[in-house]
Order: sequence, then structure tokens, then C-alpha cells
Amino acid sequence: MSLLSVKNLRVTFETETGPVQAVRGVSFSLGRERLGIVGESGSGKTMTGRAVLRLIRPPGRIEADEMRFDGIDLMAASEGQMRALRGQRIAMVMQDPKYSLNPVMTVGQQLTEGLRQRDRLGKADAVKRALAALEAVQIRDPERVMTAYPHELSGGMGQRVMIAMMLIPEPDLLIADEPTSALDVTVQAEVLSILDALVRDRGMGLIFISHDLRLVARFCDRVLVMYKGRVVEELAASDLMAAQHPYTRGLLNCLPRIGGSRGPLPGLDRSADWAV
Amino acid sequence: MTDHPPDTAPSRLFTVARRLGTEMFTLAITLLGLLAMTFLIGRVVPIDPVLSIVGERATQEQYDAVRLALGLDEPLWKQFAIYVGDAVQGDLGTSIRTREPVLTEISRYFPATLELATLATIIGVLVGVPAGVLAATRPGTLADQIVRIVGLMGYSMPVFWLGLVGLLVFYGQLGWVGGPGRLDASYEMMMEFTITQYTGMILIDTALNGNWPMFANAFSHIILPAGLLGYVSMAYISRMTRSFMMNELGQEYITTARVKGMPEWRVIWVHAMRNVLVPLITVIALSYAYLLEGSVLTETIFAWPGLGSYITNALFAADMPAVLGGTVVVGAVFVALNMASDILYRLVDPRAR
Repeated sequence: MSLLSVKNLRVTFETETGPVQAVRGVSFSLGRERLGIVGESGSGKTMTGRAVLRLIRPPGRIEADEMRFDGIDLMAASEGQMRALRGQRIAMVMQDPKYSLNPVMTVGQQLTEGLRQRDRLGKADAVKRALAALEAVQIRDPERVMTAYPHELSGGMGQRVMIAMMLIPEPDLLIADEPTSALDVTVQAEVLSILDALVRDRGMGLIFISHDLRLVARFCDRVLVMYKGRVVEELAASDLMAAQHPYTRGLLNCLPRIGGSRGPLPGLDRSADWAV
Repeated sequence: MTDHPPDTAPSRLFTVARRLGTEMFTLAITLLGLLAMTFLIGRVVPIDPVLSIVGERATQEQYDAVRLALGLDEPLWKQFAIYVGDAVQGDLGTSIRTREPVLTEISRYFPATLELATLATIIGVLVGVPAGVLAATRPGTLADQIVRIVGLMGYSMPVFWLGLVGLLVFYGQLGWVGGPGRLDASYEMMMEFTITQYTGMILIDTALNGNWPMFANAFSHIILPAGLLGYVSMAYISRMTRSFMMNELGQEYITTARVKGMPEWRVIWVHAMRNVLVPLITVIALSYAYLLEGSVLTETIFAWPGLGSYITNALFAADMPAVLGGTVVVGAVFVALNMASDILYRLVDPRAR
């Protein structure tokens, strides 16, 4: 049985000029594997990830024919059931640790919060678990980081803290929403390899959302290409370079190549027909 | 900023000491500026300080003697130096009406204002912050509209009108609260003999003395003006809380807290509130400072012997030492509150440390 199955997912925002559909009928299923979702800004990839967690705030609305996680109907689940899933079984790493960590709470408070509040762990036990989690993301002096505030950390450190925080409850599914886009290129590689090892060791399902095609091709088993709220192509990551769909080809052609011709990069053909 | 490497950063104690020193220096400069202002006003106004003491029928000899005693023959800079020196020692001059030192008089009037402003601010915060949060978490709903309308009324209805209507309804018609003044007349007479005055704030003094009937009477007198001023500050605080909270709830770290499965009360009152507090402290301090200046209209309507009515009465009597002394006290309170809110701000926001 698949871990997550989504059929005809739609996310709609009511605006003053009428409803706007950010996600228009996305279907996919996921086992304990790595699924990449790629697409340009506004293609609906982030909204797809958040819809799985049911974290679209009003006036946004989520509809789907089916959205099941490990046999649980996510569309019918109560808010309380969703909260239980969110903390424990589905986690999400977001783009920029500068914004995704609470600026006025110490790293330690944020890391131990779930353990203390939900699992009713004592302070000492929670701190021990948090320190272990920081070590797992290769932070060298976890004691110091625990007492630090987010603004005192570098971007790479912050994102490792974020990953540690999300992996403490050992979730079954991790949604990584552009986890390295805000980081320096050298740090990106480090964070990715940490994420890669953890997902592999713990046998989690992963949804990796990115606009970086090559990264996704290297990192994932399967790729969904999204355009204007729809999936235009689904293919194995190894076949990405041989993609058929003109939009995917267009995205690939936009990438500059070392040693390639230095002419202007081709523009992206955004044909409206593909999104129909 | 500094040219030494970060790993030899100055010790924490040194940093704190240096910051405190800077703070004190700023404080001293601000207060000096304040004294310069009041000094200049005192020289500019067309009221002859000598004449207002000796009266119009004094002889030239009497006039000159007082002029000499006031030091008005000295050059201006020296007069200012004397003025500052006196002020530092707590001498803000002598009231012309009462011949009492201004500071002694103010120390009698200020506690009444302090008591009223503090209670009003407590009411404003206790009602305004939850109301603002309620409105921010349910934008566009009935609750939001009610908070908006009640707040708007607090902004727009003149306080003297609200005060009169309040007295008419709650004191005159319903008899739920005490009338003007800080106590009933009978208690007022008893007060000096039965109560040891520690602070000059009747609620606190009666409580410390364990005189609960008098406490209840004082409370029935203060609750209407404090409720009124509290309403005005609540209107302001709830609007600001709403907009700060809306802003924080849109931040990404709120999503993080929800992803962690935190219950909504914790997301709002712990994660968002800690961030809302940062700007809110300044708002509350400003509103408190505004009330501490003594609200003349409210104090007049409720016959409240506070700083506002003291300064106003002094102004009508052309009692310049009292007016300027009051101004210095108000200014100093304002500066002190600003400093306190600065310190609190640093406590809640680690980025500002």
C-alpha cells in the first residue's frame, strides 16, 4: 500500500476578483521513496506540499477526490487528528531558516517544544533527545547551539536545526520545500547530503519540492513536473534528461552548461494549452 | 563594528556595563535638554517673576531685594547653572500661590495621577490585548467587527462627554460607583488620622493598613475614571495588537509551529505573542506615559487631585514655578518610561541585545 495517495487535489483562493486556483487537479502516489516536484514560481508546487498537511489558511480552500496518508483519510480528519499527524508522522522543512525559526525563542526551546508539550517528556530527557538530533545533523557544538537564538546561526546551521527539529519525532513522510534554495552553493551540498543520509537511514518517504531540475534528478527517484497548477509530466528521475513534454524540455534548455555555447539562453515557451 | 576578532569579544559584564553607561549618559543629556526648555520658557513668558511674588503695590526697594534674592541680576548662563544645580538637588522652586516647595506639592498630587493611570493601563492591557488577538485570529467575523466598532468609539468619543455621561448613569442613576473625588467626604476626613500613608496611592495605602472599608470606598471612586481612561487606552492597544498579531500570524515560523503539531492556543499565545510583545511594549509604554502626564479633562470632571489639574490650576494662577516644575516632572516621567520600555524591549527581543 502506498504511504500517500492524492487524487485530483485542488487548492482555491477566494479573492475579490473571483476564485483563483493555485492547484488544479493534481494526482500522485508515494511509497517510501523520494518524489521530486519541480516547476517555476507559481506553478503550485508549494501549495501541493502544504495541502497534504492541510496547512492552507482561509481564504484558501483544499478539495480532493481522495487524499490518504497510511490509510487515514486526510480530507475527513478532524483538526485534532491532523495535529497529531503533523507533529508525529508528517513533517516539513521550509525554504529559509531565517523566517521559519521563531526569532525570539532559543533553538533549544524550539527543539524540545514538541517533546515537552506532546510527549510530556521531562526537561532533561527532552534536552538529551534534542542534543542527539543536533548531532545527527552534524552540528559540532550542540550545547552552544541549543542556547543560541536563530539570528546567531548561519543559514546552513539554521537549516540543519530545522531538519533536526522536524526529524525528532521520526516522521514517516518529510516534505522538503526548497530546503536549500536560500543557502550558499557550498552549504547546499552539505545540507543535502545530511538530508539524503537521514532519509535513507530511516526509510522515510520524501517529497522534495524544488525549481532546480538537476538537483531533483540527482536526489529523487521520481519527478513530477508542474505547470500552472497541473502536473504536465511524470517520469523517473533517470529519464529526466530525455523528457518528452515541451515544457520540461524548455526548463532543461534554460540551464546554462559549462563549456556550452555562450549565446543567449532560450526563453521558456509558456503555452497555455499544456495547463488545460 | 569592532576591529578585534569575534572570539576575543569583550566579556558580557563589560558589554552590559558599557551599555548602561551609554544609557545613563543619554538620559542625563535628555534631562538637561528638558531643563533648558523649561528654563527658557520661564524667561520668555511675559510674567514678571518678581512682580508675581511681591505684588503690584511693592516699593522699588522691596522689588530690588526680591530680584536680587532670585538671582535675576546674574548673567543668563549662570542663572541656568543655578537652576540646573537646584533641580539636581530636588529644588524645583517655590510655588507662588502656596509658598510651598513645588516638589513637595507635586509629591502630593502625583500619586493620585499615578494610581489612576496605572489602573487605567492595567484595564487597557487586560482587555485590549485579548480583544486584539481575538480580532486578529478571526478577521472579518462578527467578533472582529465588534472589537473594531468598540475601539472606534473609544477613539472618537470625547473623554469629557464620556465622563459626564458615565457619572450621570453609574453614579447619578444607578449608584453603582462613588462620585467625584478620591473618597467619600467622611472617609476623606478620617484618612489623615487612621491611615499611615506610604505611597500616597489610596488603594495601596488602605490595603497596607488593612482598612478594607476605606479600600472599597476608594475603589468605587477610582473605577469609573480608570475605566474611562482604560477604555481609551484599550481602544488604542486593541487596534495595535490586532495589526501586530495579523502580521506575525502570516510569518513562516508560525507555519513551522503548526507543522510541529502545536495546538492553536500555543501557536498564538506563545509563538506569535512573544513576537507581538516586541512592538507592543512600546505602544503600551507610550499610552501609559500619556496617561501619566495627567489627563486634565478627566481629572477636572472627576475632581481628581492629580498632576493634570495641578498644572492647569497653576497655569491659571500664573504660578510659573509650579507650571515649570510640573513640566519637568512630566518630562522626567516620560523619559524614565521610555528607558524602561527600551530595557524591556531588549529583554523580549534577543536581536536587540
